[in-house]
This record gives sequence, structure tokens and C-alpha cells, in this order.
Amino acid sequence: MIQRTPYADAFTYAIMVIGFLLLLGPFLVVLAGASQTMPQVNAVPFSFLPQGEFMKNASAAWARADLGTAMTNSLIMAALVTAGKVALSACTAFAIVFFRTPLKHVFFWSVFITLMLPLEVRVVPTYAVAADLFQPIKSILGFFGLEIGIEWNLLNSYAGLTLPLIATATGTFLYRQFFMTLPDELAEAARMDGSGSVRFFFDMLLPLSRTNMLALTTIMFVYGWNQYLWPLLMVTDPSYKTLMMSLLALLPSDNGIPDWNVTLAGSLIIMAPPVIVVAVLQRWFVRGLVSSEK
Amino acid sequence: MADIQIRAVRKSYGKTPTLHGIDLSFDSGEFVVILGPSGCGKSTLLRMIAGLEDITAGEIAIDGRVVNKLEPRERGCAMVFQNYALYPHMTVAGNIGYALKVAGVAKAERERRIAETAKIVGLQDYLERRPAALSGGQRQRVAMARAIIREPKVFLFDEPLSNLDAKLRVTMRAEIRKLHQRLSATSVFVTHDQVEAMTLADRLVVMNRGHVEQVGRPLDIYHRPASTFVASFIGAPAMNLFTTRIEVETATVRLDGAAIAIDPLVAHALRGREVIVGIRPEQCRLTTEGKGLPARIDFVEELGVGRVIHCEIAGEAFAAAVAEDADVSAGDTVWLSLPPEQLHFFDAETGRRIEFPLPGTDIAAARGSASTTQHTGVLS
Repeated sequence: MIQRTPYADAFTYAIMVIGFLLLLGPFLVVLAGASQTMPQVNAVPFSFLPQGEFMKNASAAWARADLGTAMTNSLIMAALVTAGKVALSACTAFAIVFFRTPLKHVFFWSVFITLMLPLEVRVVPTYAVAADLFQPIKSILGFFGLEIGIEWNLLNSYAGLTLPLIATATGTFLYRQFFMTLPDELAEAARMDGSGSVRFFFDMLLPLSRTNMLALTTIMFVYGWNQYLWPLLMVTDPSYKTLMMSLLALLPSDNGIPDWNVTLAGSLIIMAPPVIVVAVLQRWFVRGLVSSEK
Repeated sequence: MADIQIRAVRKSYGKTPTLHGIDLSFDSGEFVVILGPSGCGKSTLLRMIAGLEDITAGEIAIDGRVVNKLEPRERGCAMVFQNYALYPHMTVAGNIGYALKVAGVAKAERERRIAETAKIVGLQDYLERRPAALSGGQRQRVAMARAIIREPKVFLFDEPLSNLDAKLRVTMRAEIRKLHQRLSATSVFVTHDQVEAMTLADRLVVMNRGHVEQVGRPLDIYHRPASTFVASFIGAPAMNLFTTRIEVETATVRLDGAAIAIDPLVAHALRGREVIVGIRPEQCRLTTEGKGLPARIDFVEELGVGRVIHCEIAGEAFAAAVAEDADVSAGDTVWLSLPPEQLHFFDAETGRRIEFPLPGTDIAAARGSASTTQHTGVLS
């Protein structure tokens, strides 16, 4: 579209630049503050110039909040959540798109509804189940006057950290939209060639949805990494602590030394992995969301 | 090599019936073309043979074995799809060899057969390319190679040429025919293009609205169409058809002011019946002024090998094919002669062809009742 509207252009650019600065500002504070000494970071006015103290601050932060263990836990948790979501949503979409089952629409809409029920909304019942896996069965049996004595919970385990987060409507939809663009003949040709449905899934759908998978990996890794409420509920054992929980430990105590430079260095460390993932995958990220490579 | 028996096959989607009891039998090694307009059920029938659609009622047997409940892979059929349905992420070699890979054929053997098959369709230099980097004709060849490599008993073609441009279509048509002669597997080819159908078929099945209209050799169907539908569907331009009545006394067919003399036996047999009379444009002749039917030309189509004049006779559009040097142009009035032996008669109610002599005709009485005993072509 070609149009000449210099004032409108200038106005929209101004809004864009302001928005960009608002987004970038806090990040610049972190970046600069993390490399300054304690007096520098507390100086008024604040200097946006980076200094050379980052490594020192970072190692102080690493030691103070035991970031090593938390980093491992966070990586494991984010990786499991991502892998689980990518795999599960591919299977769900495969079932919804390629199989004609009588209750297809019921399944489809039940997946759809979960979009409106993120973990934060259902956190209490989800916690209740995670704390006692057989609770729903017990309630049903209890209704009939029966009682069973099995106890099994997911507290303080990687399974507990990841399983309740894995079901995803977003991922299922992303795959579904892609699968629906594939011509029916592709599935039929594969059938004629003798491939069953499982084989079709692995030989055709998975390679074809590679860009989708990478896009989904990007989104879901960041999602898994940023989880705070759920780990906070599930984990009491410090050896299962995640990085988001360690953020609190990085803050200077109320009456202690105001070493914000260490806090900022620590938060920079915590920010790094998702930034790296996005940077590496961003090329596919856009392609997987926008177009279907055919 | 396998014969195909289709017995009383029906298909409905929900409550909507699409095929109403199809009975067909294809011989081993035959090239059968199923021809019909879109929505007539021809592709559905093909897909039922392939195993991609359930059979609502009736049965289909390939090589004497009822296949109703068999998976596509167990039926020994290979299919070429209209949009080729190539696997976009695989190379040409991967596409051609996929069936063998699924079947668990060893890699060396697989590569040998891929090379062999690629050679048959002339793709040996393209094995490492992806489908996206191929032209339409080459993709079509990949689709065919993918079918050939399985050495199927039956080849199924679902309008495979309709996505190609006109020139390539003619070439591929010839190649499909050659391939059939070489492999001699039973082939079933679905199309809505009558030229494809006429040129490819050993036997032609014409379908309309879920029924088989006519089965026969292409020329037989062209010369003796079993119904007005077949008559108007086969042949370009289509056969001219008129609803009219036969005059027994003069043994003529009346069209507008003109009358065409016909065999008195035919006239007698058709007395009192509403009939549709048909004549192919190719059979109409230009004649001198004052003879035959006068017609004012609406427009003239140039075909190169000849010209087609379009006019109106008895309120119906009428086409006549004339020589390319015929001196005709829009607005002219020409005189057309319609040879009576080239007329086709159809029942006006059912649209079915009326064959002569009708069973039970009293030939002597028929001759007596007709006042004209010889026909001289066209009366005016």
C-alpha cells in the first residue's frame, strides 16, 4: 500500500519509539547496574554506562542464591515442559484432524475450553490432585461408601513440576491449523503406499511440521522457564528449587547492604537462557507461526 | 494382472445416495475409462476400488477376491492422484521408493528398483530433487513412478491430467497409453474429458448422477449413444437434439418448416410416440439453396481443421461442422442437409435410445401404412 501521510507517519513513529524505550528502559537498567560496583549502582543520578564488575557480581549472586542447583532444575523443568507440550499437542492435533471419531467435536471443544482455564485459575484443585493422585477416584468411591488406602503424590518431584503444565490448547491449535492445510490426498497416498496411521505420523506429519515444532518450542520454553506460582506450591525441598524462586533470595534484605548490583547480575543470569533459545530459534519462530512450508 | 468385478455397489453419504447400484466387470489387462461430469460419482467409484471409501452395499472383487473389508495396501492397487499428492519433504527417490520402504525392502534392492522405475518415466536425472523443484509434467511422472514401483495388479488414475497444460496433457496421455501396453496391468482411469476418454480407453464407462449410462468401446458409444445424455456428452461440439413427433403418413421428421424423410419402417415403429431426434454436427452437410433446412448463422467457430457454424433450428441451438474452406460467415443463411441414416432416435420420456427394428414390428404392415417407400434425403 502506498500513501503519503507525513504527519500520521511521524506520529506513529513517535508512538513506536516511545513504546520501544519503555520496553527497553528497565532492561538497560539491569544491564548497566549488573556491571557496576555497589556505590555506583546506588549513586544518584543513576548512570546508564556499563562498568567492568559484571563477573564479580555474577559470581557473588551465583553463590548467594545457590543458582547452580536452581539453574539445573529450571533447565530440566523447562525442557520437560517444552518436550511434553510439543509431543502431546502433536498427538492431540493428529487425533483431532485425521480421525473420524463420533465424539470428535466433544474432544475438540474440551481442548478448546482449557484455553480459558490456565493453571492459575485451577491451581487449587490441581494442587489437590498433585498432592494426592488418587483423590478423584477416592471421592468417587467414597460416594459409594468404599475406601481405598493408596497414597501417591507428586510433591517435590520433576513429574509434579511438569505434568500439570503439559496439556496445552495453544500447541494443539497450532498443529491443527497446519495439519488442516495438508491435502487429504497426502494421507491417502500414504495409505495406498501401505503406511499405517502411526507410520504416517512419523514419516509425513512430523517432518512436515518441523517449523511448527520449533516455533512451539520457543514459546513453550519461555513459558516453562517463567513458571513461578506452580513451583512455589509444589516444591518445599530446596534441591528442587527453580531459578524463579531464587529471585527472592537475590534481593538485599531489608536492613542489609543495598547491593543491587549483585541482584541485577543474578537476574541477568536468570534471563539469559530464554533469550538464547529465542535468538537461536527466532528464524523458524516467525515462519512456523505465519506460513506453512509446502 | 487382475480382473475387477463390481456387483450392485451403492454408496451413500449419510442419507444422500451418490451411487445407485453399479454393476461393472473389467477384464484383466484392460484399460477402462470412466467418464462423466463432475459429481456423477466416478471418483467415488474409483476410490471404493482403491479402498479409500467404504462400500455402503454390494461388493467389489479384485482378481476373484472380495476386497470390501481389505485395507488399501492389501488390495494390490496403485493410485495416481489428481494433484499428484507427492510427499513434499522427500526427494524424488524418496517419493518413488516410499512404498518399498514401508514394505521393508532392503536398501540396496530399493535403490536398484527406484533407478529402474525412474528410467521408465525418464526421471533418472532428477532423483535428488524435491517435488517443489519439479515442473508439472515431472511431478506427474513421479506420481506415476510411485505407482509403477509397487508392481500393482491394478492401476487407478483419478483425473491425473487435469492439472497439466493442454500440450503436456496430450504428451502424457500418449505416455500413459504406452505405459499400459508395457505393463499390461488392469487400468481404471477417471476423467471428465471426453477426448482423454476416447483416446485412452479400450472400454468406456459413461456415468451420470450415480448411474452407469453406457458401457462399450469408445467408437460404439460415439456411433450408438445409449441415451440423450451420452449423445450430448460425447462428441465436440455436442450432438444436436430435437424433441419432435414423427409423421407416419409421409414418413418424415418435422423440424421447423422443413421435413426430413426417414425409413417408413422407423416412422411406423415410432408412430404416436414423442421422440428426440439427434444428429451429430459432423454429419450435417451444406447444400444448395432451396434444399434442406434453412438456417441463419449466429457465429462461426474456427477450429483449423474445419469450422463449426452455430445457428438456431426449430428453436434449438444447432451446430454443424463444415470444411475449413466453406464460405460461411455470421449473418448468412445456409441450407443444411441432414442425412436420414445418420439420425439417432431417443425416447422423449426416458431419454433412452430407440433401436430398430423394434421387437415385434410387423414389417409388411409398416411398409403398407407408409405412403412414401423411398427416401431421398431431405425434403423441403
